[in-house]
Amino acid sequence: MIQTIKMAYRDLGRNRRRSFFSALALGMGLALLLLIASVVKGEYRGAMDSSIQLQTGDLQVMAKTYDENKTSLAWEDLVANPDQIAAQIGAMGQVLAATPRLYASGIAGAGNQSVGVRIIGIDPNSAGNDIFHRAMTGGEYLTADDRSGVLMGQTLAKKLGLKPGDSIDLLVNTANGNTDEQIFTVRGIFNTHTPGFDQGSLFMPLAKAQAFTGTENHASVINVLLKNIDDTGPVAAALTTSQYRVQTYLQANQILADTEAMANSYMAFLYLIVLAITATVIVNTLMMAVFERTREIGILSAIGMKASRIMAMFFAESGLLAVGGILMGLVLGSVMVALATRYGFYIGDIGMTGLLLGDRIYAYPAVSDGVVLTVATFIVALLAALYPAILAARLEPVQALHSGD
Amino acid sequence: MDVAKVENVTRVFRIGKVETAALRGVNLTVESGEFTALVGPSGSGKTTLLQLIGCLDQPTSGRVYINGKDVSKLSRNQRADVRRGALGFIFQFFALIPTLTAYENIEMPLLLAGEKASARKARVTELLDAVGLSDRAGNRPDQLSGGQQQRVAIARALATRPSLILADEPTANLDTPNGQQVMEIMTRLNQETGVTFVFATHDPRVIKYAHRVVTLRDGCVVETAGEEKIAAGV
Ligand SMILES: Nc1ncnc2c1ncn2[C@@H]1O[C@H](COP(=O)(O)OP(=O)(O)OP(=O)(O)O)[C@@H](O)[C@H]1O
Ligand SMILES: [Mg+2]
Repeated sequence: MIQTIKMAYRDLGRNRRRSFFSALALGMGLALLLLIASVVKGEYRGAMDSSIQLQTGDLQVMAKTYDENKTSLAWEDLVANPDQIAAQIGAMGQVLAATPRLYASGIAGAGNQSVGVRIIGIDPNSAGNDIFHRAMTGGEYLTADDRSGVLMGQTLAKKLGLKPGDSIDLLVNTANGNTDEQIFTVRGIFNTHTPGFDQGSLFMPLAKAQAFTGTENHASVINVLLKNIDDTGPVAAALTTSQYRVQTYLQANQILADTEAMANSYMAFLYLIVLAITATVIVNTLMMAVFERTREIGILSAIGMKASRIMAMFFAESGLLAVGGILMGLVLGSVMVALATRYGFYIGDIGMTGLLLGDRIYAYPAVSDGVVLTVATFIVALLAALYPAILAARLEPVQALHSGD
Repeated sequence: MDVAKVENVTRVFRIGKVETAALRGVNLTVESGEFTALVGPSGSGKTTLLQLIGCLDQPTSGRVYINGKDVSKLSRNQRADVRRGALGFIFQFFALIPTLTAYENIEMPLLLAGEKASARKARVTELLDAVGLSDRAGNRPDQLSGGQQQRVAIARALATRPSLILADEPTANLDTPNGQQVMEIMTRLNQETGVTFVFATHDPRVIKYAHRVVTLRDGCVVETAGEEKIAAGV
């Protein structure tokens, strides 16, 4: 065994450049897969994270009849006394923040432009809305008693040509099925780096939103952030009552989970392609080795080396190439993943509806994929050695000895 | 005891539709301790016969026995076992493994035979000494002269103490002094250890070392001569 590996090592050393580049090709394939796996993982984690932070929370409590796609404002579809309920939920040990939100659809107009928007009534002081406070890029954040101020996403402000202090005309659907219209002042502008959110969201204090839409002491949902996302199930169970239903982040982000599953199956396909290329490189390298060393194989066979041992030599060569390549790949891949995790890639607004993708993708180290890919690369390298090894073992000693005469 | 016995052996090579009968019914018995030369014109079948005795190839018909055992119908792996246990080879080209040192080349058959490290070391050291290359143990083949390489090959052939060593034109690629040295080493080892040698050659200077000469022509043994005749220069 040790002798076989020693010989394999020296045989690889006979053509250092070829061995190096074969191992490098294998390593680059692995590194590339590690990077892609980590980027995709990071993308979906990021999307899930933004969705939770900006929109769905870890869970939301809502009236049994509330349909978030219709943005109903009818009182029976809403949560009554939301502040009180939010305070109760907020008192639970696992809960980080619980805050009411009122969603209404409307049209924002400025100059001769108008755009459909989602008006969101929030409690500016709740920790659950800190993310918006932190995302402020201009003007001022809201105060709870502001009666005429709104916050809007940077993308929306740009589209309407607005800056803090400018006026904006808002038309909104109301609880009784009519519309209402009022002039507001742009108090501040935020940028969550999530184009899908920033282009259509407009905040105002909850009290003002309730007054504007005629929903009085009601909210659409109580948005809940937990200290630990793993508590979602038990907390959701505890909060479900005859009156209210609870939607967890997983239920709210079903599309995201589905697209991730689909992306993963595409990835598996990509893995296979790259691994097939890796296999081709190994097969090619070993075939060349078999042809170059035909006579030596004949000599070894003549002095009594059995077919199995001749095969073992080529498996050992392939195994060593794989180990070298995997080490290079892990180093290269880790560096690339680390950079992509730290700095990310700017993708701008790729305009996937239904997903809140950030304008920058950050990788997230896909450790378990990395382990699987490393093992798979090694196995593929060994399998790739099978054909050249069989070819070498099948050589008739007489023919092999006379090759090159 | 017969080390090798060849009975009515034919070997026909077929390339496409052309058949070449390299051997046409050869009978030969090699006894233990012989030092025998196989001579004959080019194409007479010397190499083919050595390969059949050496279990590197199989006869088209007839039988080959090594140490009394019929080897003409063995599987590849069984033939490899016979080669490893009972036979040693010396080739015209210096058939060493270029990545291994002189020491490691000689050690290889012992490794394949599963010898223990200490036994291998003792044997390789002894053989390096026997072929006068103790100071070259760590050299790779490309750091050795042709004569030195061939001496390493002789040592390797002897490593597992086979009963028969087959050498195909062992001196053909050597100059006269080196060829003589190789033949002298082979002769000495034959006398000291009793190992049997059969070698093919064209070279009259090599034939004179033989105790017995077997002449092939057109795939048949046409003459075998003992020492008296060789000495008489017939
Ligand atoms: N693998 C082969 N395929 C086809 N024909 C072969 C093969 N090996 C040998 N022959 C033929 O068999 C005959 C005997 O060849 P062999 O090599 O045994 O002769 P030889 O006595 O060793 O000759 P030389 O002195 O030139 O080495 C020749 O006609 C040769 O062409
Ligand atoms: Mg020949």
